[in-house]
Amino acid sequence: MLLFIEQCLNGLQFGLLLFLLAAGLTLVFGIMDLVNLAHGSLYMLGAYFAATFAALTDSFLLGILLGLAATLVVGMTVEVVALRRLYGRDHLDHVLGTFGLILFFNEVVRFFWGPAGLNLPLPSWLNRSIEVLPGVPYSAYRFSIIVVALVVAFLLYVVVMRTRIGMLIRAGASNREMVSALGVNIQLLYTLVFGLGAALAGLAGIMQAPILTAQIGMGENILILAFVVIIIGGIGSIRGALVASMFVGLVDTVGRAFLPDLLKLFLTPAAASTAGPALSSMLIYVLMAIVLVVRPEGLFPAARR
Amino acid sequence: MNKLLTARNGFVAVLVAFLLALPLYTAMTGNSFLLTLFTRILILAMAATSLNLIMGFGGMVSFGHAAYLGVGGYVVGILAYEGVSSGFLQWPLAIAVSALFALVIGALSLRTRGVYFIMITLAFAQMIYYVGVSLNRYGADDGLTIQRRSQFAGLLDLSNRTIFYYVCLALLFGTIYLVWRLINSRFGLVIQGARSNDRRMRSIGFPAFRYRLVCFVIAGAMCGLAGVLLANFTNFISPAMMHWTRSGDLIVMVVLGGMGSVFGPAIGAIALLLLEESLSRFTEYWQIILGPLLLAVVLFARGGIDGVLARIGRG
Repeated sequence: MLLFIEQCLNGLQFGLLLFLLAAGLTLVFGIMDLVNLAHGSLYMLGAYFAATFAALTDSFLLGILLGLAATLVVGMTVEVVALRRLYGRDHLDHVLGTFGLILFFNEVVRFFWGPAGLNLPLPSWLNRSIEVLPGVPYSAYRFSIIVVALVVAFLLYVVVMRTRIGMLIRAGASNREMVSALGVNIQLLYTLVFGLGAALAGLAGIMQAPILTAQIGMGENILILAFVVIIIGGIGSIRGALVASMFVGLVDTVGRAFLPDLLKLFLTPAAASTAGPALSSMLIYVLMAIVLVVRPEGLFPAARR
Repeated sequence: MNKLLTARNGFVAVLVAFLLALPLYTAMTGNSFLLTLFTRILILAMAATSLNLIMGFGGMVSFGHAAYLGVGGYVVGILAYEGVSSGFLQWPLAIAVSALFALVIGALSLRTRGVYFIMITLAFAQMIYYVGVSLNRYGADDGLTIQRRSQFAGLLDLSNRTIFYYVCLALLFGTIYLVWRLINSRFGLVIQGARSNDRRMRSIGFPAFRYRLVCFVIAGAMCGLAGVLLANFTNFISPAMMHWTRSGDLIVMVVLGGMGSVFGPAIGAIALLLLEESLSRFTEYWQIILGPLLLAVVLFARGGIDGVLARIGRG
C-alpha cells in the first residue's frame, strides 16, 4: 500500500513536470499554430544552464533563477531570429526547421559542455525525506516539484484568464489581424508567449536535472511524451494539458511499477517479465491511440475558431 | 518549346547516369567506400519515396514511417535467425507483414486529421519500437546479427557488393516508377483530389477513406521492402531502425528534396546523407552547421531542392 501511494505521488510529480513542458508547447501550438520540436532543446538548455550557474554561484536557488532567465533569453532570441518567420507556414516546414534547431542545440551543448552529463546537486534542505501523510515518507525534493508545478499551473491560469495580457494572448489566438489592427504589438506579444513557453520548458528541465543528470538528448524523449499529453488533452487547451499530463504521468509510472506483477497473474513468469516492461512503455501510446480513435480531437478540444 | 530540356530533367539525368556508373568507379579504383555509402543512400531514398506517396500526394503526414523499415527488417532478421534464409520466402512475407501493419495502423489513424494524424502515427510507431525492444529472443535492445543475407537459389548473390548495389538501384527506380504510375492513374487522381478537398471527393461518390487506406498500405509495403534491403545491407536489425528520429529523418528527406515531386525524395535523401557525410569529415560538430542549414532551406528555399530546380527552369 505504501509503495502504491509512493508510486502514485511519483506519477503525479512526473505528470506535473510533463505539464510544465506541455503547457508551453500547447500555448505556442494553440496561439501561434507553430509545431515546435525544439521545445525539448529548451528543456535541455534549462537543465544545463541551471547546473552551470549553480556551480558558479554556489547557490541552488540562484542557479535555478539564472538558469530560468537564460532559457527565457535563448527562447526569445530563437523566436526573433528564426521561428517568427515560420508563422503561417505549413506544419511540415515547422517540423523541418525545428528539427534543424534540435540538431543545432544538441551540438552546441556538446561543444560547450562536452558529451558527458552534468550534475545538479541538491542542497541538504531538499535532499531528505519528509512525511507527506502520516506514516508516508516521501522525497522532499519530489514533493517540492509537485508544489512548484501546482503553483505555476495556478499562476498560468491567472495570467491567461484573468489579466489584460492574457486577454490579448487569447485574442491574438482567435484573430491575429484584428488584434494588431486595434493597435496591439502582436509580434512582441508572440515573442513574449514564446519566451514564457521556453521558460516553462526550462523550469521542467531544471527540476528534472537533480533527479536525472542533464544530458544531451534528454529533451527528445520527453518531448514525445509532451506531445502525447497535448494530443490527448486537445491542442491549445491548458486545462486539457493539465488533466492529460497527470493522467499520462500516473498511467506511465504506476504502469511501470505494477504491470509486470499484474501480468504474472495471467502469464508465466518468463512471459510476464518479457511483456511487462514492453507493455508498460507502450501503455501511454496505446492510451493516446484509443483517445484519438474515440475522440479524434482530444479530450478537451479548444473552442472552434 | 522544348519541355524535356529543363534544369530539373537535366539534373535528374546526370544523377541517374552517376548512380548507374558508380560501381565502375569502384571497380577501377578499388575504393568501395562510395559504393557502400550510396547503397545506404539508395535504400533510405526508397523509404523516403514511399513516404512521399502518402505525404506529398495524399497529404497524410506520417511521423511513424520508419516503423515499416523496422517491420520489414525484423521479418528478414527473425526468419534468418530461425534458419529460413530463402529470399523467395523472406521478401514477399516481409512486404506482406508490412502491408498488414500499415492496414491496421492506417484503418485507425486515418480517422484523424492534421497534427493529430502526425501524432497517432508516431504513437503506433513507438508501440512497434517497444515491441522490438521487448523481443528478448531476437536481441531486444541490442539487436540481432543476420548471419546470411537473403538467398536467391544462386540467381542473385547479395553478398556481392556490386550486385547488391544494383538490386537496390533497380528497386529504387522501380519504386519511383510505381509511384509515378500510381499518381497519374485514376487512383492517384482520387488520392490527390481527396487531399485538396475531401468533402467534394466524397460527395461526388468516391469513398475517400478507402482510397487513402489503400494508398497508406501501398506506401507501408514499399517501405517494408526498403527495410528488407536495410537489414540485408547492415546484416543487422535493432529497434534503432525504427526510432522516431529515423521517421523524422525520412520526413526531412522528403521536404528537403521536394514534397509531391516524383524524384524529390530521392534527391533529398542523397543531399541529406551526403551533407551529413561531408560535414562530419570537416568538423566533429557538423550538426552545428547542418541544423541551421535545414532551417535556411525551410526559410528561403520553398519546395525544397526540386522546387529550386523547377524555378531555375522557369528562369
